[in-house]
Amino acid sequence: MAGNGIRIQGVRKRYGSGDTAVEALKKVDMQVAPGEVVGLIGPSGSGKTTLLKCLGAVIEPTAGRMILGDEVIYDDGWKVRDLRALRRDKIGFIFQAPYLIPFLDVTDNVALLPMLAGKPNAHSRKRAMELFHPLDVQHRARAMPSQLSGGEQQRVAIARGLVNRPPVILADEPTAPLDSERALAVIRILNDMARKFETAIIVVTHDEKIIPTFKRIYHIRDGVTYEEAGEGRGFE
Amino acid sequence: MISLAGRDIMHAWGKFVFTGLGLGLLIGVTLSMAGIYRGMIDDAKVLLDNSGADLWVVQKDTLGPYAEPSSVYEDTWRGIRSMPGVARVANVTYLTMQVREGQRDVRAMVTGITAGRPGTPGWPPYLVAGRQITRGHYEAVADIAAGFKLGDSLQIRRNHYTVVGLTRRMVSSGGDPMVFIPLKDAQEAQFLKDNEAIRQQRRRTASNSMFNPPGAPGLLEAVIASQSTNPFVNAVLVQMKSGYSAEDVAGSIRRWKHLTVYTRGQMEEILVGKLIATSAKQIGMFLAILSIVSAAIVAFIIYTLTLGKIREIAVLKLIGTRNRTIASMIMQQAVALGIIGFVVGKITATLFMAPIFPKYVLLEPLDSVRGFFVVVAICLLSSLIAIRAALKVDPAEAIGG
Repeated sequence: MAGNGIRIQGVRKRYGSGDTAVEALKKVDMQVAPGEVVGLIGPSGSGKTTLLKCLGAVIEPTAGRMILGDEVIYDDGWKVRDLRALRRDKIGFIFQAPYLIPFLDVTDNVALLPMLAGKPNAHSRKRAMELFHPLDVQHRARAMPSQLSGGEQQRVAIARGLVNRPPVILADEPTAPLDSERALAVIRILNDMARKFETAIIVVTHDEKIIPTFKRIYHIRDGVTYEEAGEGRGFE
Repeated sequence: MISLAGRDIMHAWGKFVFTGLGLGLLIGVTLSMAGIYRGMIDDAKVLLDNSGADLWVVQKDTLGPYAEPSSVYEDTWRGIRSMPGVARVANVTYLTMQVREGQRDVRAMVTGITAGRPGTPGWPPYLVAGRQITRGHYEAVADIAAGFKLGDSLQIRRNHYTVVGLTRRMVSSGGDPMVFIPLKDAQEAQFLKDNEAIRQQRRRTASNSMFNPPGAPGLLEAVIASQSTNPFVNAVLVQMKSGYSAEDVAGSIRRWKHLTVYTRGQMEEILVGKLIATSAKQIGMFLAILSIVSAAIVAFIIYTLTLGKIREIAVLKLIGTRNRTIASMIMQQAVALGIIGFVVGKITATLFMAPIFPKYVLLEPLDSVRGFFVVVAICLLSSLIAIRAALKVDPAEAIGG
């Protein structure tokens, strides 16, 4: 399922052309193994969001190569025809805010993804429920998002990112709105889930509280990534 | 797959129901307008049906007796009665006026009918209470819509009439209830003047040397007597024998009597095509305007609801929801709004608007079916703007930066 996690080689992204062209990503190289959680850190304007959008198959890079699991998804051009299906089945997203669908209850918020992939409703809900226990939201399964606390909402969002067992999860500042205790709890969960489901997780963050928890960190500056060993405290 | 539209509606049902109520009142007005139009046509047809006539003989080159004034000598019927194919004939007068009962006035079409028996052309074909007119003067049969009761005393011009019978759905093409009185009384009512006007007319006639020449003392009295009587009726109603063609009988009356004759089809064309044509156009315009307003409201509501979900739509697109699923969600919500609106509108039109409306409102089932599909079509079209906005949402909006 997870294969080789995600590998990014020489990815570049240029906006515009001619004199007004902006090189948002100049040379991005990354590799995240299944079960690994890495941090992606950089100042504003460094290209973090652009990289996340490229990895999420939301915008097309200008050049480079991206391999997801065993599948080359980009090699100087998309190699996958249905990018929606790619995002749905192979990439999990966790956002700064949970962005749960307000008119669906917790179970259906999570089960929606397998349903969109054509799985039967009962099967999809069963799959969602399987994630609730490790994330400690099983008692809120029928609640509406507005009835949840911020931490519960974020855990449900994590469940949504995991439900299709994607080889990679992109987490965009997932701890930004949380206090230290809850932020660390979220990172602990992400580590647990990465190991449990052999998922590669890339966490974009500014949050200094959680930076020491990463074993590996990618810094991005002016569109170029640099790898650095983290303090590696982790959550073994 | 769960119904995203259904879940959204259930989640914000108050918003949908109240919006649907508002839209429903608008649809109710629209259905009522269509009902008023149908009612006008029905009134015209009922007027013709209830007259019991197959042919209407009127003054030459007029569209009488309903659309234009028409005067025919009261003895014209005798010659028509003897023509081939004619079974029964009857004189009739129509005069739309205010009829007074006690302290109130009612706009009514006063109809003068000849002595006869039920089934005579011009007579009310059935009664819901009381009896038909049996005396030559001062009795009346009134439509129940006029609000009169048996035994009420009506004042028409200077004379008083006792209501002896009540009928139903006997109305003019304008929807005014009919009041039937004896023909002689109706003829008098059409020409009756006040005493001062009669004295003035007599003075003028006497001062005219042509009518009052020396040596002819009886001439002035004769002229004044002819001025004081009304030898005209508005039309002669004709019932035909079976087996005769209406066009043939009408043709021979035209040829021999030098009068204008209308068949049932021609009279319907005059009433529907000419008399209520302007009203029908006005109602048509109202219907068009109301439809446009309804469409604008639905479009605005659905567009606003969609804009309120832009972030959710971006997330849905990012996690792989297809455009057609999102478009379908918006369309279903628009249609749901239309269905709520239509149900509310239909109930409002049937239970609240039609019964209290002063004109007859005929809500035909087929019109409701058509209305339903028009509402659904309008909602579908109105949702296109919101769908366009939703499809333009970039899934990248869900990702910060």
